[in-house]
Amino acid sequence: MRSRFRGAARVSLTVIALLLTSACNRGVLDPVGPVGRAEKTILINSTAIMLAIIIPTMIATLAVAWWFRASNKKAQYRPDWEYSGAVEMVVWSIPALTVLLLGGIAWIGSHDLDPAKPLPSKNPPVNVEVVSLDWKWLFIYPDQGIATVNQLVIPAGTPVNFKLTSATVWNVFFVPQLGTMIYTMPRMADRLNLQADKVGVYDGISGHFSGDGFPGMQFKVHALPPQQFAAWAASARSGPALDGATYDQLQKPSSYVKPQTYGSVAPGLFDAIVANRAPLPISPRTSPPALHVSPKPPLGHASNVR
Amino acid sequence: MFGRLTWDAIPFDQPIPLITSIVVLLIIAAVVIWVWRKGWWPYLWSEWITSTDHKRIGVMYIVLALVMLIRGFADALMMRAQQSLAIGASQGYLPPEHYDQIFSAHGTIMIFFMAMPFVIGLMNFAVPLQLGVRDVAFPTMNNVSFWLTASGALLVNLSLFIGEFARTGWLAFPPLSEKAFSPGVGVDYYLVALQISGVGTLLTGVNFVTTILKIRAPGMSYMRMPVFCWTALASNLLIIAAFPVLTATYAMLMLDRYLGFHFFTNDGGGNSMLYMNLIWVWGHPEVYILALPAFGVFSEVAATFSGKPLFGYRSMVFATMAICIISFCVWLHHFFTMGAGADVNAIFGIASMIIAVPTGVKIFNWLFTMYGGRVRFNTPIYYLIGFMVTFAIGGMTGVLLAIPPVDFVVHNSLFLVAHFHNVIIGLVVFGVMAGYTYWFPKAFGFTLDERLGKIIFWCWFIGFYLAWMPEYALGFMGATRRLQHISDPSWTPYLTVAMIGALIILLGIVLTIVQLLYSIATRDRRRDVTGDPWDGRTLEWLTLSPPPHYNFAVLPDVHGEEAYWTRKLTAIREEKLIEEPKYEPIEMPLNTPVGVLCAFFASITGFAVIWYIWWLAILGLLGSFVAMVWYAWRDEHEHVIPVDVVRANARERRRVRQELLAELIKAP
Amino acid sequence: MTATEAAAIGLTHAGSEDTGLGNRGPQSKSIVVPYGFWLFVLSDIVLFSALFATYAALSHATDGGPTSKQLFDRNLVAVETMALLLSSFVCGLAIIAAKRRNMLWTQAWLFVTGLLGLVFLAIELSEFAHMISIGAGPQRSAFLSSFFTLVGCHGAHVTAGLLWIGTMMAQIWAKGFDRAHVIRRLLCLSIFWHALDIIWVAIFTIVYLIGTLP
Repeated sequence: MRSRFRGAARVSLTVIALLLTSACNRGVLDPVGPVGRAEKTILINSTAIMLAIIIPTMIATLAVAWWFRASNKKAQYRPDWEYSGAVEMVVWSIPALTVLLLGGIAWIGSHDLDPAKPLPSKNPPVNVEVVSLDWKWLFIYPDQGIATVNQLVIPAGTPVNFKLTSATVWNVFFVPQLGTMIYTMPRMADRLNLQADKVGVYDGISGHFSGDGFPGMQFKVHALPPQQFAAWAASARSGPALDGATYDQLQKPSSYVKPQTYGSVAPGLFDAIVANRAPLPISPRTSPPALHVSPKPPLGHASNVR
Repeated sequence: MFGRLTWDAIPFDQPIPLITSIVVLLIIAAVVIWVWRKGWWPYLWSEWITSTDHKRIGVMYIVLALVMLIRGFADALMMRAQQSLAIGASQGYLPPEHYDQIFSAHGTIMIFFMAMPFVIGLMNFAVPLQLGVRDVAFPTMNNVSFWLTASGALLVNLSLFIGEFARTGWLAFPPLSEKAFSPGVGVDYYLVALQISGVGTLLTGVNFVTTILKIRAPGMSYMRMPVFCWTALASNLLIIAAFPVLTATYAMLMLDRYLGFHFFTNDGGGNSMLYMNLIWVWGHPEVYILALPAFGVFSEVAATFSGKPLFGYRSMVFATMAICIISFCVWLHHFFTMGAGADVNAIFGIASMIIAVPTGVKIFNWLFTMYGGRVRFNTPIYYLIGFMVTFAIGGMTGVLLAIPPVDFVVHNSLFLVAHFHNVIIGLVVFGVMAGYTYWFPKAFGFTLDERLGKIIFWCWFIGFYLAWMPEYALGFMGATRRLQHISDPSWTPYLTVAMIGALIILLGIVLTIVQLLYSIATRDRRRDVTGDPWDGRTLEWLTLSPPPHYNFAVLPDVHGEEAYWTRKLTAIREEKLIEEPKYEPIEMPLNTPVGVLCAFFASITGFAVIWYIWWLAILGLLGSFVAMVWYAWRDEHEHVIPVDVVRANARERRRVRQELLAELIKAP
Repeated sequence: MTATEAAAIGLTHAGSEDTGLGNRGPQSKSIVVPYGFWLFVLSDIVLFSALFATYAALSHATDGGPTSKQLFDRNLVAVETMALLLSSFVCGLAIIAAKRRNMLWTQAWLFVTGLLGLVFLAIELSEFAHMISIGAGPQRSAFLSSFFTLVGCHGAHVTAGLLWIGTMMAQIWAKGFDRAHVIRRLLCLSIFWHALDIIWVAIFTIVYLIGTLP
């Protein structure tokens, strides 16, 4: 009995360790930017703090059950011991103190890593407008005047300021190695700030089920050296135009769509999509644009200076 | 004439649902014919289907739960198989349209028609016995609740044969669940079925809160109630407070779909985020509705099988009620990533962590219950220890998810899915399996086979770890949930291990059925003669197994905590049973078909609404109304059990107890 | 009336049976049934809370369509409210008559209760019909969807109450006052009817009064 329990514990811990270590590539535990790195740090630290509590508890559970088994005559039977003030004090304090600590981490972390908070950098941010369609991603670069489908090209070492919406149903924009994910919702626009420090290619997905074509909503993020990014943006301008008619075609349901680049974008396309004014599969009733869902950063903040 | 219903609704072109439907129909037909040939229908009708006895209703709930466990787990196996096969170039064997229905059905069935009925069934069976009373406050309403739940289960399963099920996930978020994006009949099946069973659940909530607060044995003050009754109280208070929100939300979605309203639509000013808030205001308390009774079961099991009172009774009560209240204050943690801002996110995150405090206290209190005890390693204790170890991990991952910046990278991923399966399997499933094993002898007069019981436990335990630990890892690797196709081949070993885990759990479920059949076949070897097979501490062990319809000949007088244990110790010390009381005739509620009739008409109305057959819907509503008025017109509500019968049963009980007492005196 | 009569129709809390400490054993049906019904009423209030919350969230989502200021007529609402409040008062009179086992007046007051409820419903339905006819139906905007649902849900409850009143009138006529369960049901009906009044007070404040502030 005892060896079976111990054995089971050993095997499971080993398996877990093996699985977790090999999970440390190309995912959340392998971040390439400041946001992802901060989140990983919080994750690892919080896990460590809690493991320090639960592992002794799990061992104590097994040990107490084992020692006080009915057949063990050496164990002292205390049939009336049902309350102890000292024990209660400790038993309430341990979780309370842990929660106090983690609560502080949660408060500070939520504020530091608020998606709408611009990232400090000496480089000016790149703006990208993101639209989730059925079932692909449209990335509009308002400053460069180009757009891409299922391919996000960004300069490494530069903050990227995203504005996101959905043309149809909820999705979640998520690049695991960059960090924070955020919902894309129709008639609303929210904000996200991420950065890739390392040059490379990273996987992006939709993190919220959006229908039959959902598994095909994958995209690649190419983090290029800044000069290469500028060169790419310039060369992209020769691509086809993303005007009303092209957008109309684009928003028809399709999945596993190959990456595509557009050389010009109809002005105000993103705002029109948010305001439900762009051609959509649903009724074209017009209404004023919705509020930004993420609260704006406080006045005097760098991003308020245009 | 038949609304939207045409022959196309039957899946002639889809082999899996078609073959499943045919097989299920054949099995149902075989069972019906077998019962008819054995002549059991009159017995089943008068003793079970129309029964207002909480013990019978509890058993029926659990039978429903076990059947739905098989259906829900079949969905799980199909999902695991698809994810093991559909990697890289392969699209697996399930196209998205089917896979999406399967994961939606899996979640819906497991939560609403497996976990809820199981937990409610255990509360039904045990709470009145533990309170030392004859039945719940509203026995007829209890029967109605059960049949309405069964009606919901019927409709959800009907969608396999006729039409399709929702493809939106188990909570049917808009805009995807709106008419524009889900024009088919699936979401309607989901909404109608859950509205019907939701009424049943709400009535259960009213019933049990009234029972626990107003109907207890003489002398049983609040602080003398067993902890299982406290957790049942908290759970049912949550039902009363949360389920109406679900009813309102589903009604609004139905209005959007059926009448073109604009609550959650993309146009007309609709706000889909509102649905997210409303549904999780229900959804989070829902998981505590499931969790709290499971905690209660473990409290009973820990005390009984350690031979010691529960450590820190008052703490446990306080912790239970704290969890009950705080569970209403945390719902936003299900959508930290919707951009509510740092302050809101942080507040809800901290509130979510605060729930971990009373929960942690409970774990320690169970630990200290075993400390200084004489722990008997029966099957329920295996579940207790397995739970304590497993739930620690699940609780930890829960607190991790409660930290918004962490949630920002694992929301909706397989890490999340692993977390909630961790707590649902580790706490709710282990808890109901422990409760099932613990109270089985009380219900049927013989215990389940112990050896098989332990093997089943190990199947669940080992199967769980193999199935879900890889998913935690996959979550970190960027795997999101509900994927019909996996594009990254490096995930294959994890998914394979998960499949093996699922197959081991399958073995556990199959063995559960085998254990039941085998235990029935060999029941004479494990008869519960005394009514107290586990040396219990609470009042249900005072009766013989199974108890008479009226539970107690005379309601026991309660003089302290652990009423039955004190009584036993007194009897041993004084070497005699208490004085024989004066017996009276007992009035018990009559059986009634109103429950099954209401559910029948509810099913008709529900089916009609789903398929837009309006004349049938109106007929169904009329039928329910007539059934209720017809029931309300009866003048006799109770039948009297004559005092001779009561006396004879009680004297038999005393005779058996006298023998048990003689043994207990001999062997301290 | 005597203590037995009072006990028979479940109107007594003689000697304060329930001290809240639960020491006296199971409570009588005359306490348990209304208690359970109150819990049900509380759950219904939670249902309305969800609808109120929805209304609050969507009250400005008019999608360029009609707003509350343009649509609501305070005078009409005042008449509706008087009808409903009066019906609650009359319902109380019906209960007093039932206590006195007076068949004629019980039926009469119940009938008037129902009639006033019907007046309330008629005014409400005419308001709805008018709004729909001018293009301000529930399909026009989220605000209107939430208005029609909140107020309409209350109206549906009133309708159910009317059905219940009719059924109770028939049952009292057929069975008289001798049976305790008939009287208990009448009590539950009156609890329900008064609760509907309370909800209506919340509705006309939040929807109509606040919605037509200058």
